[in-house]
Amino acid sequence: MLFAVLAPLIIAFFIPFLAKSKEKLHTGLFTLFVPLLIFIYFVRFVQIDFEPVKQVYKWIPSLHINFDFYLDGLSLLFVLLISGIGTLIVLYSIYYLERSEKLGHFYVYLLMFMTAMLGVVLSDNVFVLYTFWELTSISSFLLIGYWHMKERSRYGALKSMLITIFGGLSMLGGLIMLSVITETTSIQLMIERADLVIENKYVPLILILILLGAFTKSAQFPFHIWLPDAMEAPTPVSAYLHSATMVKAGLYLVARFFPLFHTYDLFVILVSVFGIMTLCWASYMAVRQTDLKAILAYSTVSQLGLIMAMLGFGTNVAIFAAVFHILNHATFKGSLFMVAGIIDVQTGTRDIRKLGGLYTFLPITGTLALFGSFSMAGVPLPFLNGFYSKELFFESTLSLQTGIYDFFLAIVPYLAIFGSIFTFVYSMYFFFGLFGKKKAHAMNNKQTVKEAPLGMLISPAILVIGVIVIGLFPNVFNKSFLTHAATSIQQTAAIDSIQFWHGFSTPFIMSLVVVIIGALLAYTRTTWEKVYDYVPGTLSFNRLYDYSIHALDSYSRKTTKFYMTGSVRTYMSIILGVLFIVSFIFMYETDGFTISFSDLSDITVLEIVVVIAIIVAAIGTIFSNHNVAAILILGITGYGVAILFVLYRAPDLALTQLVIETITVTLFLLCFYHFPRLQKRNETKRNIATNLFISVGFGLLMTMIAISALSSTWFDKISDYFIETSLPIGGGKNIVNVILVDMRGIDTLFEIAVLGLAGLAVFSLIKLRHDKEAK
Amino acid sequence: MEFIISILAGILFAAGIYNILQKQLLRIAIGTGLISHAAHLFILTMGKLKRGQPPIIQEGITQYTDPLPHALILTSIVISFGVTSVVLVLAYRTVNENATDNMEQLRGSEHE
Repeated sequence: MLFAVLAPLIIAFFIPFLAKSKEKLHTGLFTLFVPLLIFIYFVRFVQIDFEPVKQVYKWIPSLHINFDFYLDGLSLLFVLLISGIGTLIVLYSIYYLERSEKLGHFYVYLLMFMTAMLGVVLSDNVFVLYTFWELTSISSFLLIGYWHMKERSRYGALKSMLITIFGGLSMLGGLIMLSVITETTSIQLMIERADLVIENKYVPLILILILLGAFTKSAQFPFHIWLPDAMEAPTPVSAYLHSATMVKAGLYLVARFFPLFHTYDLFVILVSVFGIMTLCWASYMAVRQTDLKAILAYSTVSQLGLIMAMLGFGTNVAIFAAVFHILNHATFKGSLFMVAGIIDVQTGTRDIRKLGGLYTFLPITGTLALFGSFSMAGVPLPFLNGFYSKELFFESTLSLQTGIYDFFLAIVPYLAIFGSIFTFVYSMYFFFGLFGKKKAHAMNNKQTVKEAPLGMLISPAILVIGVIVIGLFPNVFNKSFLTHAATSIQQTAAIDSIQFWHGFSTPFIMSLVVVIIGALLAYTRTTWEKVYDYVPGTLSFNRLYDYSIHALDSYSRKTTKFYMTGSVRTYMSIILGVLFIVSFIFMYETDGFTISFSDLSDITVLEIVVVIAIIVAAIGTIFSNHNVAAILILGITGYGVAILFVLYRAPDLALTQLVIETITVTLFLLCFYHFPRLQKRNETKRNIATNLFISVGFGLLMTMIAISALSSTWFDKISDYFIETSLPIGGGKNIVNVILVDMRGIDTLFEIAVLGLAGLAVFSLIKLRHDKEAK
Repeated sequence: MEFIISILAGILFAAGIYNILQKQLLRIAIGTGLISHAAHLFILTMGKLKRGQPPIIQEGITQYTDPLPHALILTSIVISFGVTSVVLVLAYRTVNENATDNMEQLRGSEHE
């Protein structure tokens, strides 16, 4: 299974090489077999007596992070969607994308996404799941921004990434808390220990963090704003990532954690309220859109809301319907996206106001769209799968478990009808807007519109056949497939058989109401369209998003400008200021101000003389206004320090210091010729005062630290160890040398490396000049 | 004596920082040199001064000065030589390219 998950990523490495010969053979053809083989591999698991499969591949065992693949009914449903739809999408993209495009990039991103998505739905380890989760966000970002020369693409890509990664990080927080509480990284074990979680006082926080991840990914209100902008991606990507698979990762997450939280009221309330809200708002907004893909995007959002709501209801019927609808939505929405892509390619526009009367020109596409949109609308016909799950949805709204607030219980069926009416309206708007009678100001050059090539029609046709087959024989998929998916969310959520005709039950009446009112509204759409000027009017979450991005941008620029002034003085002030505060607090806390005069060495005249010489020289560097003088005075301090080393019995140091000081002074003298002469420091009094304050303050601080270090003993010296072991272990009499080459050998090795790098830097800095002069 | 060396280190630090705060590149290079001297003395005093013979093992001697600061300083001397030389050559190149050694003029403007 590990290979099946990683196969797309492995193949992706070869794509850049294959892409070079794209003129001869479309790169998509190479890619096609990858999802197909994965589909064939996993479809074997579809059978009535399916048992969950678990496979473990070690990754970082010490942190309990492993590739724990767990394939149960729910995962299987998603895996088949990912690989199945993936195959159709790749096939479709071969005709959709011109060979002149950067095909290599496209297929690398797409394959990367496949691996990521398969990883998300198969990982039982929360951290591996999170890793794959973010990988889907990144590949989605790359795919939305595929046409990166378009400003809207970049905007959409950035928006989707910011929102989904914000959610992803929240989710990580929740997952970490979960794994700490349950002491495991496995989701299945967490579910077994659900009591621990529910009793924990942090459970509301965990829940909200995890749901933030799910809601942002699945574009739930108010995070739905990224999805319509994500439509700037090439249509195959929109159909694949932003309709059939990636946006359902949020649903997957909620379904996966359902057994853990379902006894907790807040979970039920949050998920169902946000789901219903999303359903109503997005279906209402869909009718307002003029871009074909925007209609489909809002429709996707609303359908996701519907499934989310059902997961929240948590009754047996609701869970089953949710799983069923995930499958159905992938089929009809996938086909509709492909239809939109065909229309875009064939007519050159996606603006529904400019389109109309296309049925004559695109009969096959039109037929496909007919099935897709009527299934989406939930028209009660026995060969449309959308109706079945829609009816189950109505049924689930009527049989809500008690314990949720009564008010909510009462209005849910009405909200469901409201959402479904608008679903019906936008489905009709989509279909009749394109294929209905020609509009007055529609495009004129209709004669040039031709039916799409066969290859482009295969994929949507297969999906539409799926719509019809599931519609006609829903029970074929029930026992072997859907039941397993539903029972892996909730044990009891199985339905014996899915029936078209229930008699005049309440759900059927609800369906009828939807169709009648929906048809009326769809027919009279132009007369009530003005309502959108009042609700939502100009209010939108997009504005909020734009505003916050803008504010963030300008605020960080201001902050950066505040401290990145380009003036050394500012930097020094900041660094030293922080140092002051930190050391002061630290010394205060640890009683560092005590000064002990005991155990000091004696003071000799020679030392005093050297010290005074150094002090004079050091201060002299400041006042000297002549290059050579300043350098020589610096040399005096260096040699003075060397003499101190001799006095303090450090022969190695004294030798090194003498050599290095000589070289340094030589180097300075070599360079000095090229420097402009030192000038008098004609500074303002205020500047001098600031400089003095900073430097004297720092000097005082360092003196204080040194004295405090002398005056307090916290632990024994470790030097005795070196003195004792130098000869027996290191085999050397010079202890300092033994420390350097034996005890701290690697340290010295890196020191040499640093010196080598410095040498390289010096060399290249000088060399660079010669090159330029040579030119 | 330790206190005196501590104060000396402090003065060297102060002088070094004061040089770094100047506008001319050569002064900044000198400042870094001073600071490294200061740091060496700073480390040296922490191990206490003149507490025995040089840390070279000889028979009959049990009291040695603390070898650990010596080892650290030895490393530091070499590294600070590297730093000083890079700073110096960088400054030299900057002067060559921009025909100024004034930090204020090297800052660049807002509209680069």
